[in-house]
Amino acid sequence: MRRAIDREGPDRLYVITSGRSRGGDEALDSVTLIVTESEPVSGMQSEHVRILQMCRRPMAVVEIAARLELPVTVVRILLTDLLDAGHITARHPAVADLATASVSPAVLEKVLVALHNL
Amino acid sequence: MHSTTSDPTALPATAAHGLKIVVVGGFGVGKTTLVRSVSEIRPLSTEETMTQAGAGVDSLRGVPHKNTTTVAFDFGRITVDETFVLYLFGAPGQERFWFLWDRLFTGALGAVVLVDARRLEDSWYSIDRLEAQGTPFVVAHNNFGSPHTLDQIRAALDLDDAVPLVECDARDRESVKQVLVTLVRHVMATTTREVLR
Ligand SMILES: Nc1nc2c(ncn2[C@@H]2O[C@H](COP(=O)(O)OP(=O)(O)O)[C@@H](O)[C@H]2O)c(=O)[nH]1
Ligand SMILES: [Mg+2]
Repeated sequence: MRRAIDREGPDRLYVITSGRSRGGDEALDSVTLIVTESEPVSGMQSEHVRILQMCRRPMAVVEIAARLELPVTVVRILLTDLLDAGHITARHPAVADLATASVSPAVLEKVLVALHNL
Repeated sequence: MHSTTSDPTALPATAAHGLKIVVVGGFGVGKTTLVRSVSEIRPLSTEETMTQAGAGVDSLRGVPHKNTTTVAFDFGRITVDETFVLYLFGAPGQERFWFLWDRLFTGALGAVVLVDARRLEDSWYSIDRLEAQGTPFVVAHNNFGSPHTLDQIRAALDLDDAVPLVECDARDRESVKQVLVTLVRHVMATTTREVLR
């Protein structure tokens, strides 16, 4: 399961993120949905291109990480680059207050219905 | 490279809000099995890394510091409607993985603590932690043929009477659905109590 680190080795991760270990947008929650806003342009880093191709339909940060086989930490940094450049937008989780994690009763009701319909 | 729009597992274009439920428990307790039983996608796995404070990547040589901890976790997904999508995370509950909880599970609507009656001690830390941070949770006993009753398990876990404890077979979709329904109802009840208080 620890494939990304085991296989890629730390050097590649270092190159992918241009050496940054911080700077990943803390506001990018694991289930923030990412949506592509513009097509890849030539000269773009390959991971950026893959993200833009993947997110033509909304995709959660963790799912992007799983499909790229990169740690979530690294993907947050890549996404921050794309956000800053306006290539993607981020749709944030349904939780109004992350500290109390309160989800509205109406949303919980929707979840119940979805579970019943599984 | 195929377009994601032809991908049958792609979310609707209108998907806007992710929700999360966390399934925690010791190694081999059945977390991945539980997620697989209800997920609309084959469970995916990825990992989170954390570098100890003050360490970090040596910016001159690009040598990652030794104090980097990595933990793998997996997840599945249930599309709720055109705008909401629920992610189910399976993650190890041990203390040394605390950073994963903070990074990934902030804002989780609730948690399922999956327990194996033969190794209840694996879940003590998770239960303490969830109680301390006020995350609503239920405990599900994944029954591998244990002779223990729920009452015995509740006593051994020193579990508050207000926390639902249910039997579960992680391989069975209906059983897992029931666990999740119990959790969501418990979250609703908890939320209502807080509003009244
Ligand atoms: N008998 C029985 N076996 C189970 C059950 N749930 C999971 N298993 C098996 O237990 C093993 C560990 O399950 P897994 O989901 O990988 O555990 P995880 O480490 O918590 O993700 C697998 O071989 C499963 O097939 C259950 O309810 N009953
Ligand atoms: Mg597992």
